[in-house]
Amino acid sequence: MEKAEEILRILEGNARLSTKEISDMIGIDEEKVKDVISRLEKEQIILKYKTLINWEKFGVEEVYAIIDVRVNLTREKGYDDIAKRIAKFPEVHAVRLVSGDYDFQVVVKGKSLKEISFFIAEKISTIPEVRDTVTHFVLRTYKEEGVLLFEDEEDRRLAIVP
Amino acid sequence: MKRIGGSQLSHRVNKKVKELKPSGIRRFFDLIIGREDVISLGVGEPDFAVPWRIREEMIYSLERGITSYTSNLGLPELREAVADYYTKFGVDVDQGNVLITTGVSEGFDIAMRSIINPGERVVIPEPAYVSYVPLSILAGGDVITIPTSPDFKLRYEDIVKVGKAKVLVINYPNNPTGVSYTKKELEEIADAVIEIDAIVISDEIYAELSYNFKHVSIASLNGMEDRTVILNGFSKSFAMTGLRVGYAIAPDDIFESMLKIHQYCMLCAPVTAQIGAIEALRNGDDELEEMRAEYLRRRNFFIKRIKEVFEVNTPDGAFYAFPCIENTGMSSEEFAEKLLFEKNVAVVPGTAFGECGRGYIRCAYAVSMDKLKEATDKIIDFVNSL
Repeated sequence: MEKAEEILRILEGNARLSTKEISDMIGIDEEKVKDVISRLEKEQIILKYKTLINWEKFGVEEVYAIIDVRVNLTREKGYDDIAKRIAKFPEVHAVRLVSGDYDFQVVVKGKSLKEISFFIAEKISTIPEVRDTVTHFVLRTYKEEGVLLFEDEEDRRLAIVP
Repeated sequence: MKRIGGSQLSHRVNKKVKELKPSGIRRFFDLIIGREDVISLGVGEPDFAVPWRIREEMIYSLERGITSYTSNLGLPELREAVADYYTKFGVDVDQGNVLITTGVSEGFDIAMRSIINPGERVVIPEPAYVSYVPLSILAGGDVITIPTSPDFKLRYEDIVKVGKAKVLVINYPNNPTGVSYTKKELEEIADAVIEIDAIVISDEIYAELSYNFKHVSIASLNGMEDRTVILNGFSKSFAMTGLRVGYAIAPDDIFESMLKIHQYCMLCAPVTAQIGAIEALRNGDDELEEMRAEYLRRRNFFIKRIKEVFEVNTPDGAFYAFPCIENTGMSSEEFAEKLLFEKNVAVVPGTAFGECGRGYIRCAYAVSMDKLKEATDKIIDFVNSL
């Protein structure tokens, strides 16, 4: 089980390492690594392998907005029901139930401010349980998934140090 | 305006200093300068930057204008934190025995100068970190080296064979070999130390980077509490190399002498670094554990791969591997030089760490996994093409 966690930590940092490389890094057979990974995939502990891309640098504009959503709960509809309903829209990037002044934090991805605004007005605000929404458009992202999106310090070490 | 220098006179330079051998690393370093895209496995320091929380604490201290001298002893909060911290390695330390130094290098120098009278014997197992022998000579010691190849473990017999000596230097996990000692092995060393009635200077700078078993300080063993000077610091565990901060833990009499030298030659360790060190000990555990786990993965990877071409012991700690390259028919220097010229990969010839490093090279795996992979492939290619 400990090895499974180690494999997950390694893959979380770099999903492109080969099973051979991972087996060398943690000192178990490559076959065993393959088994563990396919089990973790089957159990849906590993959900997906993705690539973190700096689209802005590539020149593609993507608009993100964070929407605070307050809801009214009823006997028939709890948090889970409302969250699932919101989450199924492809425009919705993330849905989280949070503590504080509002209930859900919804991250929406779109091509333009207009597109996102219409989406919220038409699809989110109109859900009967939704009381109100506040939209924050993302102006710049500095860190995503634990990765800095700005140039950081380089390796300044001398080539040979005793 | 007169320009300084120009004189070729050398008779006026101190004789002892003049006779010191120049560092074996120096010449090699000059070869690398000017070459581009070298992947260096020659770097004896972490490739991680100082954890941000530590840097941020130091920046804040500068903003508040905390830039003055500290007490010669070091900041009280840091001495207290160090004393608490060392219980981790099995020693009960009073903060009154903790001296904050400008890195282990200073700690070693003042410990040696505090203990050694002219001509007294200093025993240094080799291969050893490059400064031990010169600093011992400068302190007036008569240096006796013990070769520990081929398994690089210091044993009871090796020590008692030397006979009476004033100081034994040990460094574990070891630079350059990566060898460390279990409690049982240390007990054997301690028995020998007591038998030859020596004081141990124990450089434990890589203590946190122990992979196979928990680090135990030799000072924690019976009879060693009054004959051990522990040296440690923040350079390797918290990647704070250039900040120059470490500490010595010594018995009262040696402590007092060290403090005397320290207050005249160093005054105090850099205050900003001391503030960073407090944060490191208070809140740095998670970052430390992350770095340790990453080094361990790199070690496993590197050893597994390099075994395809060389004999090598799996290091117990630090971030060095010390493979034997005798099968190539080349000397350590020749191998390192050719590898650099043909593959642009830098390693350090084992001879930089003493005669018995002949036939070995030191490879530091303190580089990113990507670079380590590339360097390993290149070394293997190079050997296979011979």
